[in-house]
Amino acid sequence: MTSSPVLPKLVGQRVKRREDPRLIQGRGTYVDDVKIAGLQHLAFKRSDIAHGRILAIDTSAAEALDGVEAVFTGAQIAELLGPMPIGTPFPSPEHRAVAADIVRYVGEPVAVVVARDRYVARDAADAIAVDYEPLPAVVDPEEAMSGRPALLHADFPNNHAVGPLPAGTGVGGDGTVDDTAIDQAFADAEVVVSQRMVNHRLAPTSIEPRGVVAHYEPGKDTLTIWSSTQNPHILRTFIASLTGLGQDQVRAIAPEVGGGFGSKINIYGEEYVAAAVSKRLGLPVKWVEDRSEAFLTTIHGRDILAYVDLAARRDGTVLGLKLRLVADIGAYNMLLTAAIPTLTMTMASATYAIPAIRATLTEVFTNKTPTDAYRGAGRPEAIYFVERGMDMLARELGMDPAELRRRNFIRPDQFPYTTQTGAVYDSGDYDKVLDRALEKAGWEQLKAERDAAQAEGRLVGLGLSMYVEICGVGPSSGLPTGGWEHAQVTVERDGRISATTGASPHGQGNETTFAQMLADQFGVPFDHVTIRHGDTAVVKQGIGTFGSRSQAVGGAALHLAGGKVKAKMAKFAAALLEAHEADLVFENGRIAVAGAPAAAKSFAEVAAYAHRPIKLPAGLEPGLSDEAFFEPSNNTYPFGCHIALLEIDRDTGEPRLLRMVAVDDAGHLINPLIVEGQIHGGLAQGIGQALVEEVVYGADGQPLTGSFMDYAIPRASDFPRFELDNTVTPTPVNPLGAKGVGEAGTIGSTPCVVSAAVDALRGLGVKHIDMMLRPERLWRIIQGGQA
Amino acid sequence: MIPTAFDYARATSLDDAIARLQAAGGAGKLLAGGHSLVPLMKLRLSEPAVLIDIGHIPDLAGIRESDGVVEIGANTRHHDVATSALLRERCPVVADTAAVIGDPQVRNRGTLGGSLAHADPAADYPAAMLAVDADLHLKGPGGWRVVKARDFFQGVFTVDLAADEILAKVTFAASRASAYAKLHQRASRFAIVGVAAALETGGGIIRTARVGLTGAASSPSRLAGVEAALAGQPATAAAAAAAARGAGDGVSELNADIHGSAEYRRAMIPVFTRRALEAALARAGG
Repeated sequence: MTSSPVLPKLVGQRVKRREDPRLIQGRGTYVDDVKIAGLQHLAFKRSDIAHGRILAIDTSAAEALDGVEAVFTGAQIAELLGPMPIGTPFPSPEHRAVAADIVRYVGEPVAVVVARDRYVARDAADAIAVDYEPLPAVVDPEEAMSGRPALLHADFPNNHAVGPLPAGTGVGGDGTVDDTAIDQAFADAEVVVSQRMVNHRLAPTSIEPRGVVAHYEPGKDTLTIWSSTQNPHILRTFIASLTGLGQDQVRAIAPEVGGGFGSKINIYGEEYVAAAVSKRLGLPVKWVEDRSEAFLTTIHGRDILAYVDLAARRDGTVLGLKLRLVADIGAYNMLLTAAIPTLTMTMASATYAIPAIRATLTEVFTNKTPTDAYRGAGRPEAIYFVERGMDMLARELGMDPAELRRRNFIRPDQFPYTTQTGAVYDSGDYDKVLDRALEKAGWEQLKAERDAAQAEGRLVGLGLSMYVEICGVGPSSGLPTGGWEHAQVTVERDGRISATTGASPHGQGNETTFAQMLADQFGVPFDHVTIRHGDTAVVKQGIGTFGSRSQAVGGAALHLAGGKVKAKMAKFAAALLEAHEADLVFENGRIAVAGAPAAAKSFAEVAAYAHRPIKLPAGLEPGLSDEAFFEPSNNTYPFGCHIALLEIDRDTGEPRLLRMVAVDDAGHLINPLIVEGQIHGGLAQGIGQALVEEVVYGADGQPLTGSFMDYAIPRASDFPRFELDNTVTPTPVNPLGAKGVGEAGTIGSTPCVVSAAVDALRGLGVKHIDMMLRPERLWRIIQGGQA
Repeated sequence: MIPTAFDYARATSLDDAIARLQAAGGAGKLLAGGHSLVPLMKLRLSEPAVLIDIGHIPDLAGIRESDGVVEIGANTRHHDVATSALLRERCPVVADTAAVIGDPQVRNRGTLGGSLAHADPAADYPAAMLAVDADLHLKGPGGWRVVKARDFFQGVFTVDLAADEILAKVTFAASRASAYAKLHQRASRFAIVGVAAALETGGGIIRTARVGLTGAASSPSRLAGVEAALAGQPATAAAAAAAARGAGDGVSELNADIHGSAEYRRAMIPVFTRRALEAALARAGG
């Protein structure tokens, strides 16, 4: 027997993403690359007004165009499809995939064309004439709460979609509310800071827009649906339900998915319509969203405003927090819409042991695109409100903002820590991450530099933010789909390993990280492991990728499935080697007896034996394949500290980020390179919210940021080099100790950038500025301050 | 983002392109870099029946100088203007301007002629063309004519260019003491306010100044008040600052949108006028 090369352990190593060569060479297959003989193309006629009643719709000119197969109005689609379901327990108004009587936001579909190509389809959609009776539109959520000038849904008085819903200290499970403790906290306070803050609306803007191909085959009575989705199994469940097919009759495929940031969790009207129309016509159909449609109809994120009141003693001890939240959810409930702002309440305690919290949430309908999960999904809003509040408190007390935070931290020995709003934080060491960030930034020196720059008249400011968030989502109690994840691991006849994961990635790099894990677990080369995903015909079960769960939940399932297969393989190897299975080690492509390296079989030999066990060991079935479902006992709660140094141009109001330090703790890291990529992307979006990104509507409900000409996303040139570091506090809720990191960067960065801008303008008496930091807004403050 | 149906023709010469424009009877559009036209077509804001591609006409791109006159072909890409050693040395305001247009994709596809003929009120080039007092050379069925940049721009997306004419090249006298300064619109990277300055200095004195403004108003213009205030002044930053102070006062038809109100734009005109003048003075020989 020749000796095998020594294989390095890969978990914890900076392994380059194996996905990237094909993606950057244009060799990936996305939904729009799917071609089927006879494929027809959909185009949607969409409302160009924010609110109105459909009086008449004339499709005759569209139907007369050469190449048009069919046109369906909302009423005709309603014969094929019931109302769209939601995934939260809240009451919800009827939401049709294609509006039949009233339109409630610009972009809402009113008819769909089926035609031989995209161009004819679009021409036909343009040829549809719709006669509307315009209704007043409402875009300001606080105005909408009066029920005027527009009531969107008759059964939802004052446009209240949810609430007012209380949470926190003194709120009973039966809905009773006892304000004694929170009132006492404010009565005892020596200092109270109060501020209205807006965490404004954003567009997710994944580089690949949405898309769907639906192929119903009448002869088989089966439907195959390709979609740019984060969760093909959930898509299958909902598509089957609404089209009247069984889940066994529907196959959902997520091919390459070019980003989602939460927006592709949803099952959208266009997907239901594609499935229903394909089934009705017996033809394959494709729809690919264009960028204009994406701005109008893919869910938006954030858009929560808060009235924040923090009660504290002069020594900096926080006694109580009141958080009155108003969430502008747009015109309808989508899949998780109503649940997202409740996460803002859940995370109201942030990293602090706040003894009394009263959070109150009202969700409001307005004539805008519906909101739903966008990277961070409710947690960035919570951290923004609390961290800006803490910053204001530090200013009020004349205390170092780092020191104020430290005084209120939940201590390491308090974990698991149950917050006043019911979150159970798994583990944490907030002092450690703060200390690391202060050291990395050179906090004391930075403060001196800031002071020196301000003394010169420069508008330089320093901001710091702590965060804790929810990852590894989550136990089945928290998700209507179940919160587990599934994996199957197979050692093939040749000794190579195939594995499937239900955590369908859309940029997370799981083909790489999961292969690292299995390579280590089985002691085989990285190149001998293939990870499959994104096809319900290949991946037996799954939930999907959102809530930073693919590693913490999907990775844990993979680890468990791998362990089962490894245990079985050890029995085969033990039979071949005439050894005890407990004495075997899997390493360097061999299975050897510990302490007797000469007694070994190659991995491939054992695999071959398991598939042709002429002498089958007692009690074993042939083959090496097994699966696991992992149900986490809790979410994970990663945390970190971000620090920003920013300068504002006194003449123009333009903000410029000078330094950005991010120290994050996501527990054990499988691949630090991929983690850094996630942090970079998250920082870009979090800083982007503070500095350049904002969805804007006119008073008439017309979107004013309908393209990249008006909706800015940050560019590399907008940033300094990010300075990253991490601490490691493992989670006890999964066998990997990994917490998840996909959303972290968006959460800590936004408040610290805004706090830096406020700090830069402190000489002008500025205490708070609402995002985003438009140069003109800052210029006006500077002008006013000088006046 | 799906255009209406159109025909495509590749012109082999200027005369061929002109003949095709005439044949199209007003329904033809010239395609150069396509970075303004194609997005408009995708939004169905422009629905030409035929696109006449002038990108393959020989000798329509290039930068050269003879007898102190610089010539840039209409098909010259922004990137080539931005990186031209000749322009950076002899007339840096034009290279400055090209370097801050859009993003690398736009700069590698977009052309000088296309940008000028399109005349977006927030485009960068018009300010520079005004500052160097460029001659725009147009060819039509009746032959050549030359229009001054200051006469070419007539309003929003409106220029002195007939439906069967082609902007073939621009020429101008090189101006060493010149520069461009710009406030970026952070989404599109167009100019909220862009100011180009070209100075003639000697003996420590500003002899003449030309200052072009773009972005702020419905069409580009010369800042005559600033120019007059500079003439004969010492070539110093203090003089530049003094002349720039009231730069926005006389500007009319100011643009306003979510990226900047009319008031903000007016206030930014002196800021970027001063910055352009200071940068131009720093390049003055003495």
